[in-house]
Amino acid sequence: MSAISHHIPEPLMAAYAAGSLPRPYALVVAAHVSMCDACRATVAAHEVAGGVVLDEMVKAPVEEDLKASVLALLDAPVDPEPEPVKRSGVYPGPVMEALKGRPPRWKSLGMGVKQCILETGDTGSVRLLHIPGGRAVPDHSHNGLELTLVLQGSFSDETGRFGVGDVEVGDEDLEHTPVADDGPPCICLAATDAPLRFNSLIPRLLQPVFKI
Amino acid sequence: MLAVRDRQDRAAFGALFDYYAPRVKGMLMRKGCGHGQADEIVQDVMLTVWRKAAMFDPQRAQVSAWIFQIARNRHIDVIRKESRPMPEELAQEPDAEPDASQVLGMEQEAKQLKEALARLKPAQREMIEAAYLGELSHRELSEKTGLPLGTIKSRIRLGLDKLRHELKGMRAE
Ligand SMILES: [Zn+2]
Repeated sequence: MSAISHHIPEPLMAAYAAGSLPRPYALVVAAHVSMCDACRATVAAHEVAGGVVLDEMVKAPVEEDLKASVLALLDAPVDPEPEPVKRSGVYPGPVMEALKGRPPRWKSLGMGVKQCILETGDTGSVRLLHIPGGRAVPDHSHNGLELTLVLQGSFSDETGRFGVGDVEVGDEDLEHTPVADDGPPCICLAATDAPLRFNSLIPRLLQPVFKI
Repeated sequence: MLAVRDRQDRAAFGALFDYYAPRVKGMLMRKGCGHGQADEIVQDVMLTVWRKAAMFDPQRAQVSAWIFQIARNRHIDVIRKESRPMPEELAQEPDAEPDASQVLGMEQEAKQLKEALARLKPAQREMIEAAYLGELSHRELSEKTGLPLGTIKSRIRLGLDKLRHELKGMRAE
């Protein structure tokens, strides 16, 4: 756990604590926080700040009978909360939750690279990537903000090495060629606010290069 | 809050309701809820405070921070009709006495944060409120929110380290 050296930037942490971070990024933050106590403390600190803001909030009176109806409901039976989904293998709880508790169903992108789309929608997309050692990480046209969290193995690029728990923050300005390090396949959780396009494009681009 | 958690004290819960319900409603209305919807969410939030009281840990959160989280999550559930990705919960040691110095430390840190907020110029203060009420996107938030969070982070980190240590001890037994 102490080996994590690339963390989530502060503005994203504040937005996560405030509840304004789009869901794909929020999933990466939740997964990283599950692995990183430094960032867990950062979220909690922002929540203390949120509590201070709540304390100082301009009060809006509630309906007169609201308190009585809440008090009357204190003993009402409630359905037990579903147990939070637990970590499984390299996948932290929030990722397992997005996988609905099942192992990922990989789709091949060619050259041993696989992906499993967890969610895609108006606010962006988030997926798992599986890259064999020595291979390049696909899709590096950063159209927006891209967060990549390493769950297994590692990758390296011009900016450094990213191991388990590390997060790389990519944007329009980042020009780089990440390559999975030799060893076990690198498994990453990647979120972006750009639409997913490369599903069929990448294998087609790779074909002439690798003669497949 | 501890009376609610440890003794299911209804009078204490009533006092908590009187203090927080109008503030939570203020927060929800600022987020754009109408009166009726805000009241409904306030009801859910206060019931959650009662039902989940056992999970409140004063070593890691202030009451206001804990209720802030519950209100934020419920608002996302209701308005965006999606759940919020949450980190794995750290297991709690069942009947560990909270460390009084840690709890006191948390209180002092929160008090200093409140004073820091009060000292800010109105425009800057308004920015911070907007940030924590979710009115600013991650792109609009800058590297510094203007609040000194460094010492409170270290304080919470201490609490986490202690918890990890205790959990390790439990597993070793
Ligand atoms: Zn971190």
